[in-house]
Amino acid sequence: MVDLLSLFMNSVFAGNILLAYFLGMCSFVAISKNLNTAIGLGFAVIFVLTVTVPLNWLIFHFLLAPEALAWAGLEDVNLSFLRLVVFICVIAAMVQGIEMLIDRFSASLYAGLGIFLPLIAVNCAILGGSLFMVEREYTFIESVVFGFGAGVGWMLAIVAMAAARIRMRYADLPYGLNGFAITMIVTGLMAMGFMLFTGISL
Amino acid sequence: MKLTRTKTFKTFAGPAWTNNPINVQMLGICSALAVTIQLNTALVMTLAMTFVITMASLIVSVMRKIIPGNIRIIVELAVIASLVVLTDEFLRAYYYEMSRMLSIFVGLIITNCIILGRTEGFAMSNTPHLAVMDGLGNAAGYGSVLLSVAFIRELFGSGKIFGYDVIPQSFYDAGYENMGIMLLAPAAFIIIGLMAWLQKYLAGVEDEG
Repeated sequence: MVDLLSLFMNSVFAGNILLAYFLGMCSFVAISKNLNTAIGLGFAVIFVLTVTVPLNWLIFHFLLAPEALAWAGLEDVNLSFLRLVVFICVIAAMVQGIEMLIDRFSASLYAGLGIFLPLIAVNCAILGGSLFMVEREYTFIESVVFGFGAGVGWMLAIVAMAAARIRMRYADLPYGLNGFAITMIVTGLMAMGFMLFTGISL
Repeated sequence: MKLTRTKTFKTFAGPAWTNNPINVQMLGICSALAVTIQLNTALVMTLAMTFVITMASLIVSVMRKIIPGNIRIIVELAVIASLVVLTDEFLRAYYYEMSRMLSIFVGLIITNCIILGRTEGFAMSNTPHLAVMDGLGNAAGYGSVLLSVAFIRELFGSGKIFGYDVIPQSFYDAGYENMGIMLLAPAAFIIIGLMAWLQKYLAGVEDEG
């Protein structure tokens, strides 16, 4: 239990998927102009990561990993080279499915979250989450915690950034520094703050 | 007609400098930052990216008349994904150490917005010849940023270039120290921010607000 808690804290802070591993930067820069959209996209990312990372864990460990097909009598088959293609298909299909479900059952949630879901299918943070899950050899429970924690960390970063950018709009910056450049520099400072959590152990 | 006036050259030079995919269009920064601790990894990443983007542009451009409009994104993704799997398996087979260091970032080329953006926005509506030049130009723009960031981080962070020591021992004896922060994530953000500033200033790109 303590292990899981510390994995969660690590994936939110010290190992933040955005600030320490640079994943999901494209939509981070584009969406953090507006606080409300940032919050909406943040929730969508948490949701999709929490669903797709465990789902891809199941697919990887029962279909793709070396000797995973032993239950079907195919011990020599190793399909792990297919994981990139399979993961991206699973993510795209999940996003589409979730979008249709939300549309069917909750109009208000769809209005808030719906437009962000298609964007998420090509967000590197989602695919990166699944690939990290394979590379770090998480167990199933760990993959659930990691997926959720990574999503929370991503949301924390984008919401903080959106709030900072509202203030920066009134700053008088030299030509060329405004926009993308200052966003990256502020992100760097924020990443430094998040790194301070590295030393904390539970 | 001078070389610099031809459409071919302009297609190449646009994305390589004035319309740089990373610094100006803000695309594809995910992978651009993570592999820049050393020049070695940055170089391999640039080569992988060049291969994927050029081949994807070429293939999509050749097939542009037979791809049905409403499933074009899926077709483009399939082409890109196959090329990335090819690159990933090649690195795993011949340069295993390098593929360990690049970790998941070769796989993440699939979701790199530059490639999908170029195949969708350019290769779908242009001849193969121009599409390849556009792919090469974008790869050059991407690679130049990647290699400059890696150069700064490796030189100041560990005093090396391509793994060779370049800072003389006498410097260290005189009290010079490597900047540990350069090896950490925040430095990458700050360097790329400063470079975007410099480039916007030099290239005089119109401000979009």
